[in-house]
Order: sequence, then C-alpha cells, then structure tokens
Amino acid sequence: MAIDVAALRQQFPMLQRQVGGKPIHYLDSANTSQKPNRVIDAMSAFMRECYAPIGRSSYSLASEASDAYEASRAKVARFIHARSPREVVFTKNATESLNLAAHSWGRANLGKGDAVVLTHMEHHANIVPWQMLAAEKGFEIRWVPLTSDFRLDLTSLDALLRGAKAFAFTSMSNVLGTINPVRELCDAAHRAGAIAIVDGCQSVPHMATDVQAWDADMLAFSSHKLCGPTGVGVFWARESMLDAMPPFLGGGGMISEVKLDKFTCAELPAKFEAGTPPIVEVIGLGSAIDFLTDLGMHEIRRHEIELTNYAYRALKDRYGDDITIHGPTNPELRGATFSFAFRGVHPHDVSQILDQHNVYVRAGHHCAKPLMRLIGANATARASMYLYSDEADVDALVEALDDVSSIF
Amino acid sequence: MSNLEDLYREVILDHYRTPRNKGELPPPAVCTEGSNPLCGDEIQIFLDVRDGLVHDVRFTGHGCSISQASASMMTAAVKGKPVDAVRAIARRFKQMMTIEEHDGTAPADVKLGDIEALQGVVKYPVRIKCAVLGWNTLLEGLETAKA
Repeated sequence: MAIDVAALRQQFPMLQRQVGGKPIHYLDSANTSQKPNRVIDAMSAFMRECYAPIGRSSYSLASEASDAYEASRAKVARFIHARSPREVVFTKNATESLNLAAHSWGRANLGKGDAVVLTHMEHHANIVPWQMLAAEKGFEIRWVPLTSDFRLDLTSLDALLRGAKAFAFTSMSNVLGTINPVRELCDAAHRAGAIAIVDGCQSVPHMATDVQAWDADMLAFSSHKLCGPTGVGVFWARESMLDAMPPFLGGGGMISEVKLDKFTCAELPAKFEAGTPPIVEVIGLGSAIDFLTDLGMHEIRRHEIELTNYAYRALKDRYGDDITIHGPTNPELRGATFSFAFRGVHPHDVSQILDQHNVYVRAGHHCAKPLMRLIGANATARASMYLYSDEADVDALVEALDDVSSIF
Repeated sequence: MSNLEDLYREVILDHYRTPRNKGELPPPAVCTEGSNPLCGDEIQIFLDVRDGLVHDVRFTGHGCSISQASASMMTAAVKGKPVDAVRAIARRFKQMMTIEEHDGTAPADVKLGDIEALQGVVKYPVRIKCAVLGWNTLLEGLETAKA
C-alpha cells in the first residue's frame, strides 16, 4: 500500500512546528531524521514504567529491562536479515561502528604490505579511522574513482583489490545520492580475498537491507537517520568474524572473568558492549524499526523514488541550466538526496536565504572532502528527503530559490 | 520579500561581486592561508610589509559572500596604513563581530567606515566565522611579516 504522507506527517510533532507563523520544510534528513510519536512515546514510557539496568542484576525489573533491550536487538537482526541477534552490536553511532571495524578487525589483521580499498565517495567516518590505523601499521589505502556520471568506476576494481584485505564502501553517497551495487562490490572483494565492509548510514533508513543477500561481512549504520534517537548505532558482522576479532573497548559488561593479570571476554555480542549501553536509545531504535517495518521498506523506497522524480523535474523545469544537480539523474539509481549548485551563488548564501523561507537544507562539505574536491566544489547545498517529505516541501524549495536570484 | 537586508547590505554585495585587491603578490610578500574547516571556505592573504607599513595587500580564495566581501573590504581599509593602525582596525572589527561584552581593548576612535556594514552579520551567529576569516588570516600574516 502506498504511503499516506499527509497522515504520516501528523505523527511527527516536529513537522507540526511553525516558525514565524509558517510551516517548516525539513530537507536535511540525510543529516538526521525527525522522530515520530511512536519512538518518542516508547522511550518516554520505558523511562516512566520500565527503567532498570540491563544484564547485571537479577531482580525482576532488571530482567524485564534486559528483555526489552534484547528484543530491540532481535528487531535489528530481522530488519537487516542477520543470521542471528548475536551478530548485532550496539555502539554509540555509525562512526563508532566503523572505528570498531578499523581498530578491532583492522588492528589484528593489517600490517605493512597490506592494503585497504576505499572509494572516492566515502564519508570521513569511513576514511579517517583507516588513515589513523594506516599511520600506525603502515598499510596502503587505495581509492576507487568515480565516473563522470557520479557512479563508482568499477573498470579497474579487480586490479585495485588485488592483494587487499578489506574493501570498505558506502551503500549510498551522502552527497551524490548514488546507490552503489553492494552485492557486486562484496563479490569483487571476496574474489580478491578481501572482506567487505559496508557503510550503510544512507541506505539502511531508505530501502530494504539484506546482509545475507549482499554477502557482506560487516555493516555500520546509525539509529538517528532512521527515525530513531541519537546516541545509538549498529555494528553488524558475521558471527565467525566477531568471534575472531579482539574486543574494542574494555570495561564492565564485556568480560566473563577478570584476574589481576588477565581477562577473558564475554560471549557475543556482549564482548563488544563495554559499559552501560544507551538503554533508552536502544528501546527507541527498536520502536523506530517497528515503525519502518509497519510502513514497509519497499513502500518507503517507492515514495522516495516518486518524490525524487518530482523534485528533479520541478527544479529543472523552473531553473534549467541555472541549477546543477550533482549525482545520477535516474531516480532508480539514486536516493532522495540532492546536492546542487545554483547560479554560482555560494551554498552558505543559498541556505541562509532558504532558511528565511523555513526551508532547511545543509550547506558545506558534508564530511566528504575528498569527494568535494573531485566534483570541484568547496561546498554544496544539499536537500535530502525521507518518508515524511512531500511535494509541498519540494515546491517550497523551488519557490525559495527564486529569492536567491533576487538577492544575488 | 526577504528580511535579510541587514545581512546582505548593498555595499557588501558590491564587494562580493567586484572584489578589491583580489590576486596574489610575488615574494618577498608574505602569504598566509586561513580556512574554516567546518564549511570549507579558504583564503590566502598576501602582505607586503616594509618599514612598519602595509604597502600592499591582496587576497585569493573562495567562500560565501560574507567571507569574500569582508576580505575585500578589509584589504581596502588597511592598504597603505601603518601596521599599528591595521592592528587597531582589526581589533575594532573583531570587537564589532563579538556577541559578548566588549573588553575595551580596542580604541573606540578607530573608524571602520564601510566595514560597519558587516555589523548585521552578528545577528546571524553562524556567519560570524565567515566574516572574521580574512581578518584572522591578516593578523597571522602580520605576525609572520614581523618575524
């Protein structure tokens, strides 16, 4: 069933907010998403009625809280088609998940003469942890280039992957909207004997995720981009890999025994969850996944394809060559994230003027400076949509851009 | 329809569209680079300082209208002035760009002229860093020139 966006928007309190007596048009969902009542209420109810520690205490309330926490883990596992909840680790955010991959798996497996392959469209979170480790371990970082139509250039992929131990790539660019062929990339990695690490931040909220169909080895994504709260991210990896990886953060909760001269690790996934986790946020994430699952990931994707089509046409019909949209033109190959240049006006000035019209877009380098250099821009303005975005949001953007022309 | 007149004053847009002193100076002029890592704006200031006087100043780089106009207005204001006077102007400007209480270290009698037009930026706190980028880079350049 198609999404009833008008009814859906009613479930998001922030979308009811007015500024200066006028409705707001939130077009920064690739940055972070708005939250539905269902998530807000679940977190509030948990704190009011069920709050207790998890994992440590044996009284009934604590075991109730533990069950709720583990139920969220099971929801995440089903949502991404993990083989078991044991493969799902809760972190602080997706950045921490990628750091976990680098500093746990990478530290144990990478050294001089090794290589890690990244792409030119990575977020800094999937670049810097590898650079930090490379500085210490002396392995090489190689880069998959882009084609002129903003897709990964796979012509030399096999050569780039030769001798590499890991291929870490985004499933969808946070700047270009480009959706990458994850299964194909995982296969290429495996042919070369490398593991495949997927940064799923931009795709997991917007389309169905199946780590088994991808044949991926690791996946990182955040809760706050998929209608859940901030403060919690997910790290998924094959159970055999998690078993072989050393722990990342040490402390309570992740051990089975501590003596004066050594410790032994807890079973999965506790081994990777040191300290008190973001309990309330994990409950909220579980509720967000219920919310998305009830809507249907395929319906969400279909809505965003239609909206992308609408936005592309509306912007191009009105402004023609005055607007340059960076990224694939085919809505089937891209998400609902538009980075654009408008009449040579600097993106900060564009976003400042749009702000005056309650149209909220991000301006800047979007934490992807290597990509920005490649597309020849120091900054872009970026409008990004989600399940609750509608044609009125697009229309407001189109109208407000007209005011940019009147000032500059 | 916009309420942005305070920010985008005509004199600011004029400096943005037609920047003054844009370009480079050959060595021995001092070149100093500044950037706002958060937004990607970059600027280079070229300074020809001799005998305590800013004989010439140029700038290059890219950024939003506020950062570019502010740099342009700055070069026009400091060119040909003694280093001490330039520092006083810069202090006065940075004072104008702060939301906090003034600490009174900048002489109140320093006239900013056209640059006063940038006062409106203070109402948009995220843009203050755009306006001061060129000035901070200039002050760094003066230190380098002294050394």
